[in-house]
Amino acid sequence: MFVSEERFISGSFEELAMPLFDRLYNFAHWLTQNREEAEDLVQETYAKALKGFRSYRQGTNFRAWIYQILRNTFLTSRAGLKSASSISLDEDSESQNLPVSSDTPETLLLQRSDQQLVQQALGELAVPYREVLLLCEFEEMSYQEMSATLAVPIGTVMSRLSRARRALRDAVQEMQKR
Amino acid sequence: MACESWKGKFDAYFDGELSAADARALNEHLSQCASCSAEGLRRVQWKRTVQAAAHKFTPDAAFRARIQKQIAAPARSSWTRRWIPAFAAAAAVVIVCIVIVNFQQGRSSGQQLLGELTDQYVATLASGNPVDVISTDRHTVKPWFEGKIPFSFNVPELQGSPFVLVGGKVSYLRQSSGAELIFRVRQHQISVFIFQEEKLGHVAVKANEYSALSFQVETWQKNGLRFFVVSDAGSHDLDQLSELLKAAN
Ligand SMILES: [Zn+2]
Repeated sequence: MFVSEERFISGSFEELAMPLFDRLYNFAHWLTQNREEAEDLVQETYAKALKGFRSYRQGTNFRAWIYQILRNTFLTSRAGLKSASSISLDEDSESQNLPVSSDTPETLLLQRSDQQLVQQALGELAVPYREVLLLCEFEEMSYQEMSATLAVPIGTVMSRLSRARRALRDAVQEMQKR
Repeated sequence: MACESWKGKFDAYFDGELSAADARALNEHLSQCASCSAEGLRRVQWKRTVQAAAHKFTPDAAFRARIQKQIAAPARSSWTRRWIPAFAAAAAVVIVCIVIVNFQQGRSSGQQLLGELTDQYVATLASGNPVDVISTDRHTVKPWFEGKIPFSFNVPELQGSPFVLVGGKVSYLRQSSGAELIFRVRQHQISVFIFQEEKLGHVAVKANEYSALSFQVETWQKNGLRFFVVSDAGSHDLDQLSELLKAAN
């Protein structure tokens, strides 16, 4: 994975923020699972980011910065509160034993219908798993960027990602059996 | 190296996070091992499936236009007012009943106060450059506030404690200025807000600790100063830092 240079160049807020609009919205909708709340969340994120833009250090990773704002805003919103039970993962046990990499089972049929199953499973995953998968697989963030966005150490990113992948795979397999 | 060990590196490899040397070695192995290359292919296909599935939601054109307009002309608009009460209410749920009100009107103002504080904490957390004065030295931070806020306070001695002073900045609450001190403990950030009690008006705040979804808040009043300690760290950490602050002031 690479992080393209343009994410690090300086620019006006609009120049930096608008190219991320579609992706931020997609991420917000995955978190809130609701169009109206996703729009509120994105709006609030842009408002906070614009307000705090002076404190953003030019040359640092704008994308990680704005995703962090979106995520923190979500966690303190009503929708975020609703996912309360899934948010407090036990980080200590998470970082203690790094799980081994999950196999991709051969029974996993990679067909067109998989996409819908994956979407359904992703929507049902605990928020911390859902978000780390989205940041890695869709946003293609580096572990370093995810660490900054999620405000956890890289080791935690790796173990959480590994667990999330396994959880997604298990959920899809479970659905395939039905 | 056995195939199982190679497969253990697959995640990092396909995430592009393996070191150049390891990636070269794994490449080499993939070109020779049918089992690993088959597994690798499945992994790539699965990654693509997830990536495609993750791209599910598209914003409305009207919504995009609205955002564009807001960014171009960052005037205060109606949606701000629509969102803020929701946020304040959410914060009030998060930190259960922190405020004891003296009279009816005090209630909503107490909730607002909490909303503002947690908002400031989140903003500091999200900020790439969270402090105005960067210093781990308490003897630098204290004088920096002189003339910027209408009172003085003491920064505790942190030697032998797990806390690190990151810095400070001027904070505003109820049109009065106060101090925000930022500390770190392990991976967590802690904001300590200090204001003059009288300036906070008719809101009496219970000196107690409230746990929440992602925050803990501890607050007390001493010698005319009101302290709020806000963090996502554990309550033990907040207790310990609070004790240090109380001892110093
Ligand atoms: Zn092999």
